[in-house]
Amino acid sequence: MHNSEQVESKIDSAGLIDELCSIVPSDSVLFEKEDLKPYECDGLSAYRAIPIVVVLPETIEQVQKVLGLCHRYHVPVVARGAGTGLSGGALPHEQGVLLSLAKFKNILEINPERRIARVQPGVRNLAISEAADRFGLYYAPDPSSQIACTIGGNVAENSGGVHCLKYGLTVHNIQQIKIITIEGEILTIGGSGLDSAGYDLLALMTGSEGMLGVIVEVTVKLLPKPERAQVLLAAFDDVVKAGEAVGNIIAAGIIPAGLEMMDRLAISAAEDFVHAGYPLDAEAILLCELDGTNEEVSEHVLKVREVLKHSGATEVRTAKDENERLTFWKGRKAAFPAVGRLSPDYYCMDGTIPRKQLPKVLESIAALSKEYELPVANVFHAGDGNLHPLILYDANNPGELERTEEFGGKILELCVAVGGTITGEHGVGMEKINQMCVQFNRLELSQFHAVKAAFDPDGLLNPGKAVPSLHRCAEFGAMHVHKGELPFPELERF
Amino acid sequence: MNSDTSQQLQQQVQSAYKEKTALCIVGANSKAFYGRQVTGEPLNVSEHRGILNYEPTELVITARAGTPLREIEKVLSDNGQMLPFEPPAFSNDATLGGTIACNLSGPRRAYAGAARDFLLGCKIINGKGELLTFGGEVMKNVAGYDVSRLMAGAMGTLGVLLEVSLKVLPIAEMEATQQFECNASEALDKLHQWSKTPLPLSASSFHDSVLRVRLSGATKAVEAAISTIGGDSSDSASRYWHELKEQQQDFFKEDKPLWRISLASDIESLGLPADYENDDCLYEWGGALRWLKSHVPADTIQSTAAKLDGHAALLGTSRHEGQFQPLTPGLLRIHKNLKRAFDPVNILNPGRLYPGL
Repeated sequence: MHNSEQVESKIDSAGLIDELCSIVPSDSVLFEKEDLKPYECDGLSAYRAIPIVVVLPETIEQVQKVLGLCHRYHVPVVARGAGTGLSGGALPHEQGVLLSLAKFKNILEINPERRIARVQPGVRNLAISEAADRFGLYYAPDPSSQIACTIGGNVAENSGGVHCLKYGLTVHNIQQIKIITIEGEILTIGGSGLDSAGYDLLALMTGSEGMLGVIVEVTVKLLPKPERAQVLLAAFDDVVKAGEAVGNIIAAGIIPAGLEMMDRLAISAAEDFVHAGYPLDAEAILLCELDGTNEEVSEHVLKVREVLKHSGATEVRTAKDENERLTFWKGRKAAFPAVGRLSPDYYCMDGTIPRKQLPKVLESIAALSKEYELPVANVFHAGDGNLHPLILYDANNPGELERTEEFGGKILELCVAVGGTITGEHGVGMEKINQMCVQFNRLELSQFHAVKAAFDPDGLLNPGKAVPSLHRCAEFGAMHVHKGELPFPELERF
Repeated sequence: MNSDTSQQLQQQVQSAYKEKTALCIVGANSKAFYGRQVTGEPLNVSEHRGILNYEPTELVITARAGTPLREIEKVLSDNGQMLPFEPPAFSNDATLGGTIACNLSGPRRAYAGAARDFLLGCKIINGKGELLTFGGEVMKNVAGYDVSRLMAGAMGTLGVLLEVSLKVLPIAEMEATQQFECNASEALDKLHQWSKTPLPLSASSFHDSVLRVRLSGATKAVEAAISTIGGDSSDSASRYWHELKEQQQDFFKEDKPLWRISLASDIESLGLPADYENDDCLYEWGGALRWLKSHVPADTIQSTAAKLDGHAALLGTSRHEGQFQPLTPGLLRIHKNLKRAFDPVNILNPGRLYPGL
C-alpha cells in the first residue's frame, strides 16, 4: 500500500480483539496466524496480506456494532464475500479487520409475482437461480465464478458474465440493497418499485468495491427463463473477419444472448482440455447464443447463419441438441483452466474496448507479447467488447511475475488509448490501481475521493483500493505521460 | 446547428462558483413541471449541441447535452435503432441533457430498462466549474464509482451535463398491441401471469376497464405471442402509446393534482381513504407505475407510498410546485454530503430536487 493511503488506528491489536469478542461469539473472531492464513488473498493470489483479525458476524446488528467499533477506533475494514474476486479487492489490510459475510447465506424470500429474490449477501450467485428455478425464473448475471461467488461481492464489483450484452450487468438486475455505513447505521437503498426517490445511490453503490458501505441484504430481479436457447459456432481464418462478423450480426438487428470469441491459442488449449470439437485450424472462433421464444430463436438462427457465412466464416455449425450446445460452451467455459495447463501460471487481464478497435488491439498485444517474451491467449466477450488476454508465465522464474504485471499494465493502457477502459468486470481493487491514474485525471480522481468522503470521511472502508491517492499517481505518473502532458504537475515527485 | 459552447458554460459555472450565484440549468425547459422551482441565473445548455459519435454496429451514440431528442431519435431510426427507454419529450425541442437529468422513461421501461440503464458515460461540469469525464462509450466499465449513472435523475443538482453516451438497441421487426376489457384486479393478474413467461412484452397499461399490452420482436414471435395471450387487436396503437408517453391523453388533463407513484407491481389497492375511492388511476409498467389524479393531501399519499416501500411524486402545475417523496434522515444525510462533494457552494439547480440540495 502506498504511504499516502495508510490509516492510523487508536487501539492496539489485543484491545481490538477483546472488543470484537464482546460483539460476536469468540469462535467468530479469528486472530491466530494459521486461522488468518486462508484469508490472506482473494482470487488474485499474487497479492497477499495478513489482517490483525478476521470477524464473522451473523446478524445485521453485529455488523453494525463491528463497523461502529472500527469507526470509533479508526480501524480499517475490508469486507469479503467468497473471495473469488480477480483484482485483489478483498485483499486484507495489515492493520485492519477483515469482515467476512460468509455466514449471511440465507435466501430470505422468493416472490414469483414480483419476480424478485431477497437474499443475504453471502448467498452464492448460482444458488439464486437454482432456488428460483421452480417458478421458471432465474437471475441473469452469470460471472464465470457463479458457482462460488456471492451476491454481495457481485454487487460490490458490478459483476457481468457472458450474457451481459442482452441482459445487462449486476446494476441492471438489482432493485434494493441494505447497507451498513462506517458509523454503523443501516440504510435501505432502492425500493420495491422500478425506481426510487432522490439520487441513484443503488448505481453508485454497485461496483463501489466495498469503499462506501457494507452490503447486508440484496433484492435481485428475476427473469423468466427463455423458452429456448440455441448456439452457433463459426470458424474464421482471420480474427479481423471474426470481429467484423460480430458487427454484422448486430447490424442485422439481432442482440445475441452471448457472443464469445477465442483466438488460436485459446482454441487449442480448450480443445486439448475438454474436446469440445473446436476446429483447430481456425484463427478465431465465434460462439453465438440466441435465446427467446421458440419462433424468435428459429428465425434468428437462420439469419445469423447467413450473416456468419457472408462475413467469411470457413465453417458454421449449429448445435443440433442441448447436449451439443453445452459441449460448445464447455470449451469456452473451460478456457481459463485450459490455458492454465499450458503454463505454470497465467495472469488474466480485463479491459474493454470499442469493438471496432479489436484488430488494432490484438495486433498490439501480439507485438507486446514478443517484446516481453510471454505468450498470450485471448478470450473475448465479443458482443460487449470485454477482452480477457491471458498472459502465460512462470512465477518461479525470477522477474517473470514483474514482467507479466508490466505487460498487463501496458495492455490496460492500450485499452484506454483506444477509447476503452482498464476494467470491464473484474474491478480495480489492488491490481489496477496504478492504471486508474492513466484513465482518470487529477480532477476526476479528486471527485471520486469526494464521493468516498460523503460516505466514509475517515477513509476506513477498504483503504488503498479502487481509487488511487494523488500522491500515488504522481509517482506512477513520473513514468507515464497522460494525453501528452504530465498528469500532476503541481505535486512533487518522490 | 452544431456548436460547442462548453467553454462558455464552464466559465459561467466558474464565475458563479466564485460569486456563489445560483444557476438554473435550462435546456428546452420542457420538464419544468418535474420537481421544485429554482431561482437562479439561467445557464442555457441548448446551444451546446450535436451528435459526436454514432456507430450503429457498436450500439452506442454520443451527443452534446443540448442536442434535441428528436434529432437523436431520427438518426437512430434511420439506422433501424432506438433509445430503448422510450423517453417522453413533453416538447418538440426537448434536449438529451434534460432527458437524462430527469431520468424519465416511457412505456418500454418495465421491459427494457430506464434511461439510467442505458447510460454509458458522460462529461459534466461540477459545481466548482471543473470539466470531468466518467464512464465512456463501452458496454462494460467498472473503473471508479459509477458517477455517470448518478447524474441520471439528479436533476442537474450534481453537475451540468455536457455530453452523454448511451447504449442503443435495434427496433423490433414487428410491434402489435392487444387489448382486453377487465377490471384492475384481473388486469394485474394477467400481467403477472404473462410476465412470468418469456413473452416479448414491451409495454402495458390499464385504465378505464381496458388493459393494453404491446408485444415487440421477431414477426413470428409476436404472432405466436398474440395467439397465446388472445385479446382484441388494438387500432391506432402506436398513437396510443405515444400519447400516453407524452401525457397527451385526456386522463392527463389538469383537473386534479397528478401523482406519479412507483411501487411493487402486485399491489392492488393503495389503501387511500374511502372518500377518494373514485379517484382516477392509470396503470403502467406491468403495475409498477401508477398515475393517480387525486385531492388526497400530499403527506397522506407519500406516507402511503412509503409504507408500500415505493415513492410518490407530485407533478407541478401552474397552481402548485412539483414535489418528490421525502427521504429518510439517513439517506438525506448522504444526499447532502454528495451534493457538497459535487457542488460545495450549492449553485447548481439548488432546491430543484429537495430543499437544501
